[in-house]
Amino acid sequence: MAEKLNEFMKNMLLIRLFVRELKKERRKIFLTIAGIAWGTLTIILLLSFGQGLSTQMLRGQKGLGNNIVLMFGGQTSMEYKGLPQGRPIRFLDDDVTLLENSIPEIDNITAEYDQWGTVYKYNDKAVTERIRGVSSMAYDDMRSHFPQKGGRFLNNNDMKERRRVIFIGWELKKQLFESEDAVGKTILMNDIPFTVVGVLQKKMQMGMYGGPDANCAVIPASTFRGIFSNYYLSRIIYQVNDIDKSKYVEQQVRRVLSRKKQYHPDDNNTLHFWDTIENAKQTRIAFTGITIFLGVIGAMTLIIASVGVANIMYVTVKKRTREIGIKRAIGAKKSLIKTQFITEALLIDLVGGFIGASISWLIIKAVQSIPQESADFGKNMALQILTNPEFDWTVAISTGIILGLVGLLSGFFPARKAAQVDPMVALHYE
Amino acid sequence: MIRMEKIRKIYSTGKVDVEALRGVNLHIKKGDFVTVIGPSGSGKSTLMNIMGCLDKPTTGDYILNGTNIKNLNDNQLSELRNHEIGFVFQNFNLLPYASAYENVEMPLLFAGVGGKKRKQKVEAILNKVGLSDRMDHRPNELSGGQKQRVAIARALVNDPNIILADEPTGNLDSHSGREIMELFVNLWQEGHTIVMITHDPRAKEYTDNFVNITDGKILREELVA
Repeated sequence: MAEKLNEFMKNMLLIRLFVRELKKERRKIFLTIAGIAWGTLTIILLLSFGQGLSTQMLRGQKGLGNNIVLMFGGQTSMEYKGLPQGRPIRFLDDDVTLLENSIPEIDNITAEYDQWGTVYKYNDKAVTERIRGVSSMAYDDMRSHFPQKGGRFLNNNDMKERRRVIFIGWELKKQLFESEDAVGKTILMNDIPFTVVGVLQKKMQMGMYGGPDANCAVIPASTFRGIFSNYYLSRIIYQVNDIDKSKYVEQQVRRVLSRKKQYHPDDNNTLHFWDTIENAKQTRIAFTGITIFLGVIGAMTLIIASVGVANIMYVTVKKRTREIGIKRAIGAKKSLIKTQFITEALLIDLVGGFIGASISWLIIKAVQSIPQESADFGKNMALQILTNPEFDWTVAISTGIILGLVGLLSGFFPARKAAQVDPMVALHYE
Repeated sequence: MIRMEKIRKIYSTGKVDVEALRGVNLHIKKGDFVTVIGPSGSGKSTLMNIMGCLDKPTTGDYILNGTNIKNLNDNQLSELRNHEIGFVFQNFNLLPYASAYENVEMPLLFAGVGGKKRKQKVEAILNKVGLSDRMDHRPNELSGGQKQRVAIARALVNDPNIILADEPTGNLDSHSGREIMELFVNLWQEGHTIVMITHDPRAKEYTDNFVNITDGKILREELVA
């Protein structure tokens, strides 16, 4: 303990002397510290904005759905069992049940009907938009259809009893109700009364089909069939329990349906898949690449700054040759001289790093506080994506590691040179 | 205390080899006050550097307090310089950014002497050389004589066995020179072993133990005027 304290005191004196000496080179030190601060600033900002960009992109993709695959019917391109090619493949209600029962990797699955040109009316307002009918109450999780406070999504009873209940997008709600509360109110959908049970929570949606969810409404599939008498489904959406199995599940779906619909199992034109899981993976990979790229640019800046630190340390070694000689003559070991120079370089780096980190933290906070008009997702998507830099532990750790490396780099070589000073020569050095 | 046997030192400066010491034998006993004289280029400084463990002889043996320094590595030599030897230089060689106190404190720091003890020692030794009122002054705030006192205090603070002084009065006016010389004599009388390179004629007032070195050889070991 006492030894440690003594060691500390020793370093304190050396640092104190160092600081005194640096006062003589204030301008140079200032520039060096500014260089390190700038490098740190650059690296943190690049990484933080990269991180924010990636998170926002993934969030935007989540707006379409949470690990879902959308499946559309196509047409056969191969003859099979005497049946001609060019035969359309369309989905029926019982296809959903069949897939659900025969493929255990599918967690949730829903039929979806889709109809354009529906007229919604409330009081004296009328809007023409899209309507969707869905068969699973897990649709909320699958397609990110979470209700705003006070409302709910469709439930099993709605489905079973073909209730005339409706879950509406927030844009649609705004057009019909403006600021009025919508839940519990009755609207007319193609002149049929429906009770609003929930309004869709605002979300960022990057991928879409037909149109944004904000302008759309959802009703039970059973109710939908009763009104529009669609025979075929527009699509099937399913969610797999293991995101690494989406390709496998796709093959299973092709196989299962090929028997029922009598098409060649290798005919890939019969079914079309929109695999959002794959998309998300690719986005993640792309953004990992971008983050690395940004990090490397930042690191380069920092390394250039560290060359500055190394340079000033070299000059210091030269200027202090005699001082080093004196210390060596009165008993300082090489290791101590080395430690001293590395400590000094690290000190410059740490001060610069701290200043850079503080400034970048302020910038990030400032950018984050830019009001995003908390609505109008989609319209201001670019702003949305840019104004969400994230300073998180990955950024902090990468910056820390790079700063540390840079510090050692800028201290090590000058320190080695300092330790090699020959005291005998140095004492006669003027 | 110091035994040198057939010390040779050859400097290789590229093509030419310079033989600075050509077989020096020297015995210094504890409590001696030895003065080394000789023209410049005679090898005095080389002898001092070897004696002070800043340099190693090319051949020959240097035994300091029973240790042959030939067998020591750089760290051990550093420790030896720290504990056994106190240096005093012509140009003082004080750290310019450190106060008198801090300059004297430095060897104790390298030796790992603890805080309280260190303070006591530094204060006592500065008091002894008559600088107790100048402790917080930097070298540029001190006169030449005062600087040399700080240097002497620094040399003494770790209780070395031997004090090596290289022209300690060379940069001082005659008055301060005399004072410094008297300080050395006092130290000698207290029992310190002192080896001093000097041209100062006053030296012979205090000691008759001369080593005259010329062309890398010791001429006579006594009474050279």
